[in-house]
Amino acid sequence: MTHKIWVFAEQVNGVLDRVTLELLTKAKDLAGKLEGKTEIAAVLLGKNVKGLCDTLADYGAEVIYVGDSAELDLYNPMLYAPVITNLVKEEDPDIFLFGATAIGSELGPTVAAQLKTGVAAHCVELRINENGLLVSSVPSFGGKILGEILVPDNRPQMASVKPGIFVQGEKETREPSIHWLDVTDLKAEGLPLKALRIDKKEPKGVPLEKAEIVFCGGYGIGSKENWAKLETLAARVGGAAACTRPVMDEGWSPGEHVMVGTSGKSIRPKVYIGFGISGATHHICGMKDSGLVINVNRDEHCPVFEVSDIGIVEDLNKVLDQLLMTIQ
Amino acid sequence: MNIIVCIKPVPDPQYYDKVSIDPATKRITREGIPTIINPVDKNGIEAALQLKKTYGGKVTVITMAPPNAVENLREALAMGADEAVLLSDRAFGGADTLATSYTLAKGIEKIGDYDVIFCGAESADGATAQVASQLGEWLTIPHLWNVFSLEPQDDKALHVKTKVENGSMEWAVKLPCLLGVARELNKPRFISAMGIIKAKNKPIAIWGKVDLAVEDERLGLTGSPTKAGEIFTPDLKRKGEILTGTLEEMVDTVIERLRTAGVNVQATTKACDCCEGGGQK
Ligand SMILES: Cc1cc2nc3c(=O)[nH]c(=O)nc-3n(C[C@H](O)[C@H](O)[C@H](O)COP(=O)(O)OP(=O)(O)OC[C@H]3O[C@@H](n4cnc5c(N)ncnc54)[C@H](O)[C@@H]3O)c2cc1C
Ligand SMILES: Nc1ncnc2c1ncn2[C@@H]1O[C@H](COP(=O)(O)O)[C@@H](O)[C@H]1O
Repeated sequence: MTHKIWVFAEQVNGVLDRVTLELLTKAKDLAGKLEGKTEIAAVLLGKNVKGLCDTLADYGAEVIYVGDSAELDLYNPMLYAPVITNLVKEEDPDIFLFGATAIGSELGPTVAAQLKTGVAAHCVELRINENGLLVSSVPSFGGKILGEILVPDNRPQMASVKPGIFVQGEKETREPSIHWLDVTDLKAEGLPLKALRIDKKEPKGVPLEKAEIVFCGGYGIGSKENWAKLETLAARVGGAAACTRPVMDEGWSPGEHVMVGTSGKSIRPKVYIGFGISGATHHICGMKDSGLVINVNRDEHCPVFEVSDIGIVEDLNKVLDQLLMTIQ
Repeated sequence: MNIIVCIKPVPDPQYYDKVSIDPATKRITREGIPTIINPVDKNGIEAALQLKKTYGGKVTVITMAPPNAVENLREALAMGADEAVLLSDRAFGGADTLATSYTLAKGIEKIGDYDVIFCGAESADGATAQVASQLGEWLTIPHLWNVFSLEPQDDKALHVKTKVENGSMEWAVKLPCLLGVARELNKPRFISAMGIIKAKNKPIAIWGKVDLAVEDERLGLTGSPTKAGEIFTPDLKRKGEILTGTLEEMVDTVIERLRTAGVNVQATTKACDCCEGGGQK
């Protein structure tokens, strides 16, 4: 019997979400741990999306199920979920992974409810146990607790993973086997839910998740002016500026796309330097996989120092100005 | 317009750094942490009250929780909800998102007539963000998740915006529908003294298994396809070396460490000897 591991290939406007390739990489790793033959497949829905198949194959998809239709151009759970659910019923995969993106966080549990199976949400690790079952590690209480979740009796065993949790692997050229889904009868017309449009704007500068060095501002930075200093430093060394949630709430940073933590992004730069951050687990679990971690805080007893490699007990304003003077 | 809001009592997220695992019992200790309404569920209550203001009707809050959740329901009534329902039974215990949403769906079917259901996008403790979508599936009504903008077209259709990475999506949805709301949607109102007084006389119905048209095997632990394995606390500790010296010295050390870590830094002051070309520029 062949084990089937599936990944939902999420695309918007013909661009794959990075989490798809991260999940395919993980799928390869899981396949290696399962006994017997395995097959990794991607499920790709959209309009004129065939061009994405090569990339999916290069990162691990041996089989690609493609549903190509003008009706699938914009994501709509009332169109996407039934197509996927029917396919799962026919093919009976063992494991099915979704990105815990905005779209995946809705589509995954919707499909699971239609199939009456279980999804482990926002996993930070996936492994195969001695019985060949998927074991998903799921954070709760803002990341303070990790719990293992299994789906022993239902199939597929589903899990969702945020972008940036797994690392995208190397590309290997591979010829995929493409299966076209029959989506000719699909009709958006008449559904009680209509997707009107999608707007996406790539933020300027080095994307947070690609930056090798991140300057992160906490509530202690106290102003937009200090945020600008972080951006200046970041620009000088080809890095990016990031923030904690209170900084976003205050409007000192440009928005959610630079927020790190449980409800924000997961990043793993070579170097992370934090300014005026107290070290709440909500934030730390979004950057814990960083290389070198430095924090500046004027409170010598601040818990953030326990989760830092290097700590500076000092007024962050002074440190920022000194860094600006020194780094050119 | 009849509106239902699903609220979940959760341990106050401000205190999650104090949550730990008891080494003897291997259970999560959350002693002394107050139980509050899941913060984003209050955005759901606010949205419901605003819809009611425009279109009239009734706002009912519902939760599946242990009996002491009556206090959280009372708070929702004090905010302005009209009625409350508590689904409470031992048989509901240990439910994952599929069993929770099933039970909520049965409670909502018993309430009956509804136009809009609000959930929070996600709960603070488990944060699975799944109950909203799955509840919509059990009720077979259209559902949207991560809603940050909501404009009624009339009493039969809404114009909705949802958050996606680096942007948004726009939708037209017909009622009845379910919306999982994000905290950007609105600012939940505070409770007034008058609200507290009025809440005392508002009805709270308590329903158990026998009050609902449920299939037993879909409830609680039995009805949950996911099973919990081990729990542990992640070890996030690092070296914690505290730098000493003058400001200049500390910053120079930082720059030296950045270079060792592989970041290309051009500095004006004297840098370490180990890095070639790292001197005066
Ligand atoms: C459901 C939920 C989800 C959440 N998700 C996230 C998330 O994803 N990401 C996130 O970051 N947070 C999140 N939070 C918030 C989180 O719990 C913390 O409140 C937050 O991370 C604290 O941010 P902070 O460290 O910037 O601020 P604070 O905790 O206020 O710390 C500020 C620090 O700055 C120091 N300071 C002040 N002035 C100076 C100065 N002049 N010089 C030096 N140091 C100074 C202080 O000593 C203090 O340690 C979430 C909260 C909830 C309830
Ligand atoms: N036990 C519950 N009772 C009522 N509503 C709930 C319950 N669990 C979850 N919800 C609703 O579903 C939303 C998402 O929760 P979750 O899927 O647990 O992250 C919450 O914000 C609530 O609105």
